[in-house]
Amino acid sequence: MGFLKKKRWQRRHLMEAFMKFIMQVSLVFVAGALGLILWIIVVRGLPALSWDMVTKIPEGGYYMGKGGGILNAILGSLYLASGGTLLAMLFSIPIAMYLKTYLGDSKWGRYVRLSLDVLWGIPSIVYGAFGFTLMIALGIRASLLAGILVLALIELPIMTRAMDEVIRRMPVDLEHAALALGSTKFEVALRVVTRQMLPGITTAILLGFGRGIGDAASVLFTAGYTDRIPTSLMRPTASLPLAVFFQLGSPYPEVQQRGYAAALILTVIVLAVSLGSRWLSARLNKYTIK
Amino acid sequence: MDAHIQVKNLNVHYGKQQALKNINIDIPKNQITVIMGPSGCGKTTLLKTFNRFLELTDGTQITGEVLLDGQNIYDRDVDVTEVRKVVGLLAQRPSPLPMSIYDNIAYGMHIHKMKRDRKEYKAAVRHYLEIAGLWEEVHKRLHDPATSLSIGQQQRLCLARGLAVEPEIILGDEPTSALDPISSQNIESRLLDLKDQYTTVIVTHTLRQAKRLADYVIYMYLGEVIEAGPAKEVFSNPQHERTKAYLEGQI
Repeated sequence: MGFLKKKRWQRRHLMEAFMKFIMQVSLVFVAGALGLILWIIVVRGLPALSWDMVTKIPEGGYYMGKGGGILNAILGSLYLASGGTLLAMLFSIPIAMYLKTYLGDSKWGRYVRLSLDVLWGIPSIVYGAFGFTLMIALGIRASLLAGILVLALIELPIMTRAMDEVIRRMPVDLEHAALALGSTKFEVALRVVTRQMLPGITTAILLGFGRGIGDAASVLFTAGYTDRIPTSLMRPTASLPLAVFFQLGSPYPEVQQRGYAAALILTVIVLAVSLGSRWLSARLNKYTIK
Repeated sequence: MDAHIQVKNLNVHYGKQQALKNINIDIPKNQITVIMGPSGCGKTTLLKTFNRFLELTDGTQITGEVLLDGQNIYDRDVDVTEVRKVVGLLAQRPSPLPMSIYDNIAYGMHIHKMKRDRKEYKAAVRHYLEIAGLWEEVHKRLHDPATSLSIGQQQRLCLARGLAVEPEIILGDEPTSALDPISSQNIESRLLDLKDQYTTVIVTHTLRQAKRLADYVIYMYLGEVIEAGPAKEVFSNPQHERTKAYLEGQI
């Protein structure tokens, strides 16, 4: 009989067991690292988290341990990342559509993708420095607007390439079905591709948002930092990553703790946006062709 | 013969390989023409020259003319979207659009701005679903995703969707090959019902289907048209040795 268990010790079965083990180990490693980060943020940040923290701006002496909160940074980050994401969407959706619809895998298409990949890899401090140089040249001071512009620049390549990869997986039959009815390529892109690929496009936008809201170096130069809530696009604004950075650098333990609390708030915001958009794309998913 | 489509000196190359060799045929108006032949003989390639679908594949070279009512669709100033509106396609596998049953039918009418208001769209959607024999089955769930239908129903939906843009010609690229026997029969009888109003061109690899549907037959072999003529004549008295061999099941 060929069903005996000794077959389990054949080389190919051992190979499979070994490979599966390696995959599991790497999974545990990654999950463990994530868990550890969350654990540290929660353990150190949670005690400092209070209602004041999320509803008040810093009071006098806040950075030496006195009262107040980081509402300025929370709102600042939300403004910065939302503005940056909206602006990046405005450009990345058309670019991704153009890549898919008209450039395809042509020489120009490959060139554009390469450029975007290079832009993706540039460290955000370079974007910050670039933005800063530009601001000096134009005579603009550190402001919410400058921060939004630089974040949009940082998010653009990520968003575009993520969308591009998603849209490239568009089933060709579906496109042909729409073309066969006499659609223009643009109508196919607008009415069919976006509908079919909406969940993926949402994920791409989310990736951009995540990078934007978590970035410290670029907003350091361009948005500045202030204890006030920004009232106009031309005013400087605080942001959560910088709130974490400044407070962790403080010699006072209670202020350091607030740094962890700020990190916790940032994580919760990213998680909430993430879950929210998943829920949304699951609802929009109804008509997608599997 | 009242020719609706005339093909003149048509040659198609995929890269260096020649897929169609000097095709010259006429396709009669408001009849069912069946293109048959062994696989790889260029049937589908020929069909796809009629709605300019070949140019969607990179590296395809097309020379010669395809005339619809005397107008060459490969002329420079021809709008390809208008060609495809006039020449509908029923693909091998049904491919519903990522939207509701209703919107699948309305899509084509929308992009061509064919109706004035919601009421007209609604009436038209119903009309074409009825023609495709699908209305009874779906009228209570018009806003469900099109993918909730069975494969056979999806193919009838695709037929209704194609008819909704008011074409004059229906192309079928082995339109029943993915379907079960009952659904296939259903599609075949729709095509027979519609043949007085539309010029229909079907590619098939099943001889039986060809015999059931065809008024006019084109037999192809290795990129060439070997024989073309009224179905009765070709089936009962093929002029060419190769056609005879095919009909007798030797190829």
